[in-house]
Amino acid sequence: MIELQHIRRDFLVGDQTVHALDDINLCIDRAEYVSIMGPSGSGKSTLLNLVGLLDRATSGQYLLDGDDVTTLSDVQQAQTRNRRIGFVFQAFHLVPRLTAAENVELPLVLAAVPVDQRKARVAAALQTLNLTDRAHHKPDQLSGGQRQRIAIARATITEPAVLLADEPTGNLDHKSGGDVIDTLEALNRRGITLIVVTHDAELGARAHRRVLMRDGRVEADTPA
Amino acid sequence: MNGRDVSSFAWGALRGYPTRTLLMLLAMAIGVAAVVVLTSLGEGARRYVTDQFSSLGTNLLIVLPGRSETAGANPTTMMGETPRDLTLDDALALRRSYSVRRIAPLNVGSADIRWRGRQREVTVIGTNAQMLAIRHWKLSQGKFLPATDMDLATPVCVIGGLIRRELFGATRAVGEWLRIGDRRFRVIGVMRSEGRSIGVDVQETVMIPVASAQQLFNTPSLFRILVEAKSRESIPSVKQFIVDTLQERHQGERDVTVITQDAVLATFDRIFSALTYAVGGIAAISLMVAGILIMNVMLVAVSQRTAEIGLLKALGAAPRQIVTLIMAEALLLSALGAGSGLLLGEGASALIRYAFPVLPAHAPLWAALSAVLVALSTGLLFSLLPARRAARLDPVLALARR
Repeated sequence: MIELQHIRRDFLVGDQTVHALDDINLCIDRAEYVSIMGPSGSGKSTLLNLVGLLDRATSGQYLLDGDDVTTLSDVQQAQTRNRRIGFVFQAFHLVPRLTAAENVELPLVLAAVPVDQRKARVAAALQTLNLTDRAHHKPDQLSGGQRQRIAIARATITEPAVLLADEPTGNLDHKSGGDVIDTLEALNRRGITLIVVTHDAELGARAHRRVLMRDGRVEADTPA
Repeated sequence: MNGRDVSSFAWGALRGYPTRTLLMLLAMAIGVAAVVVLTSLGEGARRYVTDQFSSLGTNLLIVLPGRSETAGANPTTMMGETPRDLTLDDALALRRSYSVRRIAPLNVGSADIRWRGRQREVTVIGTNAQMLAIRHWKLSQGKFLPATDMDLATPVCVIGGLIRRELFGATRAVGEWLRIGDRRFRVIGVMRSEGRSIGVDVQETVMIPVASAQQLFNTPSLFRILVEAKSRESIPSVKQFIVDTLQERHQGERDVTVITQDAVLATFDRIFSALTYAVGGIAAISLMVAGILIMNVMLVAVSQRTAEIGLLKALGAAPRQIVTLIMAEALLLSALGAGSGLLLGEGASALIRYAFPVLPAHAPLWAALSAVLVALSTGLLFSLLPARRAARLDPVLALARR
């Protein structure tokens, strides 16, 4: 489902070229649960951004469900992000002035889904995550774990095939981090492809497939 | 994203930062209100002056003895040499045109008036019955000069309100005999005080039949002849008729000057309209300043909300959608500002009208409309740059910042 071929990503720092990703070849199947680990600067976040179409490769090919997405226009990439990819961030990135329900609704608003459908889908998503009673709270009235679960509801509201999580528990205590991981894994069991970038060895070890990165290259790729 | 989603998102963003929104609204509102108030003042002044002039008489032509080559009302025409006097017969001859509705001869001099030992020097006007209608004057008591033949020197007079008060006090003036110079006149009417009237102050004059004035001042000549045309369109033909008729009567000499009221009026109208446009334009500059403020504020808003914009991109907002959202916010801001500015401006104009009832300070429609239009278009124009900057934002960098 995700196929990366000879992906390179170079950054220009001053007059020096830094190879953030250096000839990455990676295939991830539908419904896989993959963790990407590695020290800071190993290129794991860059890889995630690239898979999430937030960044473009300097060279190489990226096939998503067999479609070459490296050559898509900005608008097509935006559409692909909206429908096929979900993001969960370390810092949650909820819009502070919108309620929990409105935050979850946002991708549907951008996709111009009719209002009545939107409301029903948001209600269902909140129900699944046991957050119905928090629907009309603003983010600052929610706990960290609740915020991250709202963010997960938002990432999955358009029913994407891929869920990308960048340090999803990085800002959370152990208990609520556990809740968040349970939520993500439950989604994976229902068929979503889950890719988690993390520093946390314990979290990384839970994944069925572990990719270890160093200096922009895949150092180890261990299937469960 | 449909229009409702865009506007509710923009509205939410505005409400999310109330201080910023209020300050911007204030800037925009002051700009629009300035345009409305200043143009309404200009328009008020214009209407005040035109009202003043039309209160002197409508479709009025003024015939002066003497002629200079330069047309218009300048000191030379007013005091030019008088080869031949205007006479009562000249005035009578002007009645022959079908396009002439009314004619009033005018003779002016000053004389002492006396009543029971009280004495005062006043301006005495010799004229006829039609003067009242030509000048739109009103009486407060009695009657105006009788509509007799113009050459009949009836010993009656109509006095101004001030003279009645000063001379007669509490005594009833109508019916009393008054001495003007060495002749006796009976008071038959009192003028009502006029709210506005440029030129002769009716309050301080005494009016007598023109023939009586000619006897009193011992002169056969007239100071002016006022001619009222039937309509505005007939003014040029009446003017030609007057010049031709009097030339014929004055042995082929073109020795009169005819001034039309409308020419003077049109000039003032133009001057004040230009003034209104000028102050409106100056006020519009403040609107442009408000537009630049909007740009600044939107630029700050974009950098304040970098993470939010990055998030919208990650959630699948196309660059065009980001541009739309930012511009909708600016448009909403300027629309609200323009709306409250319009209310503020109209309120201020109403206050001016209340405080100075003589000044009909109404903002012209074009000014209000263009103020709102300028407000909206500056809002849109100046949000273009911030919106495009937001659309170009790199989502990876935007989301990395926290």
